Amino acid sequence: MAENVTPRVRVPKEATAGEVITIKTLISHPMESGQRKDKEGNLIPRSIINHFTCSFNGETVIEVAMEPAISTNPYFEFQAKVPESGTFTFTWIDDDGSTYEETKEIAVA
Amino acid sequence: AVMLGGRAAFATPTEELIAEFTGGAEITGEGLSLTAPEIAENGNTVPVEVEAPGAEAIMLLATGNPNPDVGVFHFGPLAGAQMASTRIRLAGTQEVVAIAKMSDGSFARAAQEVKVTIGGCGG
Repeated sequence: MAENVTPRVRVPKEATAGEVITIKTLISHPMESGQRKDKEGNLIPRSIINHFTCSFNGETVIEVAMEPAISTNPYFEFQAKVPESGTFTFTWIDDDGSTYEETKEIAVA
Repeated sequence: AVMLGGRAAFATPTEELIAEFTGGAEITGEGLSLTAPEIAENGNTVPVEVEAPGAEAIMLLATGNPNPDVGVFHFGPLAGAQMASTRIRLAGTQEVVAIAKMSDGSFARAAQEVKVTIGGCGG
C-alpha cells in the first residue's frame, strides 16, 4: 500500500474556445517495480500505478496504460483541446485498487 | 537471416509486444518522433517524448529492460496533439522504441539509442 500519494496538476485557469493547452501532472508514488530485492535478498513485490486518465467534461483527452518502467512519481505532460468552460478530471489507478482523483476548472472567456 | 514465417517461435519479448500491438501488421508508416537523451546519467528517470500527428495510440518500449513494456498512450477526441512526455526507467544502455497506431490503420516506428551511466533497475 503506497502512502502519502499526492497528485499535482498544472492547468491554465483560462483559455479561448478551441485553444490547445499544455497540462502537466505529477503524482507522488514509489512505483515499486517488482525487480528490486530487500536486504535479505527477497524480491520486493510490484506495487505501481498502472493506469492514468485525463478527461474534460466527460470526454477523453488521454489514457495511459502504465508498466513498472515508468519512473517513481509518475510525470506526464500532454496537450488538450478546450471547447468550452468546464472541468478536467484526472484519475490514477493503483495496483492495490486505490484510485486517486484530482479536478481542475478552466474558464473559456 | 531467413524468415520462415515462424516469427513467434524466435521473437524477442520486444518483438512479441510489438506484434501484439500491431496485430502482426507491417510497420510502414511515418510521422512518429521519439525524443530521448543520447546520454542519461541516471537510468531511474530518463525524460522521453513521443509525438505522432493523427495517431490513435503510441506504445513505448525499453528493449533492454527486464520487461520491455513501458506504457501505451491512447489519445481521445479532446487530445490537443498526439504527443506525451514522461520519465522512464532504463536498466542500462539500450534502444528505446516507440510504435504509433495511426488513425488510418497504419503503424509507424521510431527508435533512439540511450547510453545509461547508472542503471535504473535493481538496487
